[in-house]
Amino acid sequence: MDFFNEMMDGGEVRVPYKHLQAWIDSHSQDEFRIKRAEAETIFRRIGITFAVYSESEGSTERLIPFDMMPRVFTEREWRKLERGIKQRARALNAFLWDVYHRREIIRAGRIPGELVYRNEAYEPSVIGVDPARGVYSHVVGIDLVRTGVDEFFVLEDNCRTPSGVSYMLENREIMMRLNPDLFRTARVLPVDDYPRALRRTLASVAPAKCEGAPTVVVLTPGSFNSAYYEHSFLADQMGAELVEGQDLFVDGDFVYMRTTRGPQRVDVIYRRIDDAFIDPLCFRPDSMLGVPGLMNVYRSGGVQICSAPGAGVADDKAIYTYVPEMIRFYLGEEPILQNVPTWRCGDADSLKYVLENLKDLVVKEVHGSGGYGMLVGPAATKEEIAAYASRIKADPADFIAQPTLALSTSPTFVDSGLAPRHVDLRPYCLVGKDIHLTPGGLTRVAMREGSLVVNSSQGGGVKDTWVVSGE
Amino acid sequence: MQITVEHTSTYRFESPRMRVVQSHKLTPASNGGQSVSDWDVSVDGASFGAGFRDGAGDNVCLMTLPGPVSEIAIRVKGSVTTEDTSGILMKHKEVVAPRVYLRSTWTTAPGIGLRALAQRVSSRKAGTLEGAHDLMGIVAEEIAYVPGSTHADMTAAEVEEQGRGVCQDQTHVLITLARILGMPARYVTGYLFADAEGNSHEASHAWAEIHVADLGWVGFDATNQCCPDDRYIRVCSGMDAQDAAPIRGISLGSGDESLDISVSVAAQQ
Repeated sequence: MDFFNEMMDGGEVRVPYKHLQAWIDSHSQDEFRIKRAEAETIFRRIGITFAVYSESEGSTERLIPFDMMPRVFTEREWRKLERGIKQRARALNAFLWDVYHRREIIRAGRIPGELVYRNEAYEPSVIGVDPARGVYSHVVGIDLVRTGVDEFFVLEDNCRTPSGVSYMLENREIMMRLNPDLFRTARVLPVDDYPRALRRTLASVAPAKCEGAPTVVVLTPGSFNSAYYEHSFLADQMGAELVEGQDLFVDGDFVYMRTTRGPQRVDVIYRRIDDAFIDPLCFRPDSMLGVPGLMNVYRSGGVQICSAPGAGVADDKAIYTYVPEMIRFYLGEEPILQNVPTWRCGDADSLKYVLENLKDLVVKEVHGSGGYGMLVGPAATKEEIAAYASRIKADPADFIAQPTLALSTSPTFVDSGLAPRHVDLRPYCLVGKDIHLTPGGLTRVAMREGSLVVNSSQGGGVKDTWVVSGE
Repeated sequence: MQITVEHTSTYRFESPRMRVVQSHKLTPASNGGQSVSDWDVSVDGASFGAGFRDGAGDNVCLMTLPGPVSEIAIRVKGSVTTEDTSGILMKHKEVVAPRVYLRSTWTTAPGIGLRALAQRVSSRKAGTLEGAHDLMGIVAEEIAYVPGSTHADMTAAEVEEQGRGVCQDQTHVLITLARILGMPARYVTGYLFADAEGNSHEASHAWAEIHVADLGWVGFDATNQCCPDDRYIRVCSGMDAQDAAPIRGISLGSGDESLDISVSVAAQQ
């Protein structure tokens, strides 16, 4: 398989990376080793760790490996991506409004009703509810892979609470702290406006009943959650309170936060807990994380929950295959970013093809996330493939399959020195009164040679992502 | 017929509770078969708010009570003028797509026994009014009405296995069977006025609604083997009994709680 090398084109350094090459040439490998150690110390000190879940070892906390070499886009490359990402974010929100209201796309026969109505993420209790400005997914994380100079594919959409944005911000900060010389000469577009943009987005979806400046809070499941660092980081950066379910209560038409100065009404909740745990009266009665009655207040228009409950139906892997259709249906436009060709194992013909070609395919659970429970055909043993095949046969509709993509590589500093490693990209698109995309995102990198799995839970690392202007 | 309802649910707590929060679906909506003239829900010391009409057309309201309380009495009082619509739900404002009610829940998951029962209806009748009537007949034959024979969170499959139950259980079995045949079905909670021979414990009642092409939602009372008429008041609905519960609540505190319900449903001349 041929892989697109983002830095090298034959023997030539590609334009976006020219500046970086000069910087690499002016430093020795030992200098990079020292810088890498410094970066690790800083990460440990500020406490960015994440929990890895494994059935055999239980949960362990670990640092995500940070790679010193940035991943670079030119502004021109980025502008095209930006148009495609914003287009997708608009279409996904239009779809969410539609499936909870008139269901035009189903009536028009463009998406099978079954796929929506029987989807676990489709939430009957919010049918007919009008979220502020009609927005359901306020932070859309779109996972992209690159396979050529002008070829990008969307791997998946994340419409609920995509995580990782704190790495985008911290990676940049650490890069600037360790390599100020690099930023003096390269014109890298800033990412540090993200927390302000997030706050502006959240404030712009305050409910109509809100009087004066909206009170925004970040709702976290608590410090045991793998993304707790990010929750507290974002709350701090936005100047919003970080709360747990027990800090909030409902009374009459509204939600209040307990404070030392007495109850304070809350208008917008940026929640980082799943739908199922939001309100024990509406969802799981055994949930201790949520706020009893919160869904009643939301549904009667007293508070905005971000992302809106039920938004997950748009990022389901079976729905994913219909996103290009959504773009055409709601926006009357052709998709700027392509989907990865996907076989839905629920279709008999596709199932047959998938089972016959497992060794070449990547198979995922429709409702899974984070790279857990997937099969990477080319890297799997015969036994693993046979075991996975019987899982697929037991419940075909729960699986989708995609070709193994030739993920592009970016130079990465590994033990043997600088070497190409495979990368993907998650930019964060904000949707409120306006649509905003910070020029950058989270680049994940497979640290192991030849590996195509970039998930942090599977040993992936992260890089700073640059958009350089004027080159 | 004009029907008056007095319904009191009294929760008693072994030790006092704080921060009681309840979501109520206690107020019926008017439709082609019932006109709700006056209706009142009251609880001493509680505040009400966040009222709205949900996508299924049910009135939802939130009750909060700071406590501490050792007893809460929810008093419902109202009157409704009803008409016989042969069980057809008419002019009921709702926006949920009927096919959403093909989903199964934990309580209404189909088992082998239930699938076998559904097979008794010939496939050409699936989706028709006749098929729905057949299903109601099957429930009557297979699930005997025996008060006290089940507990509140029994699944349809368990009920089918033991062959008896109360109106909640019969309704769960009926909606599960309908969904197996591809007919959207839901659980309805309401009141039934029963005359001198009627059973008083049925005053607070449950039945099924099955969606039939051309007719829309049609009520089927498996317990009484009939479609709801002007003796019935429809209060709210859901995917199953838990989803259609008129009161869902939570409070802070420990110890046992008991629930005492008194209902009187009377007809006025």
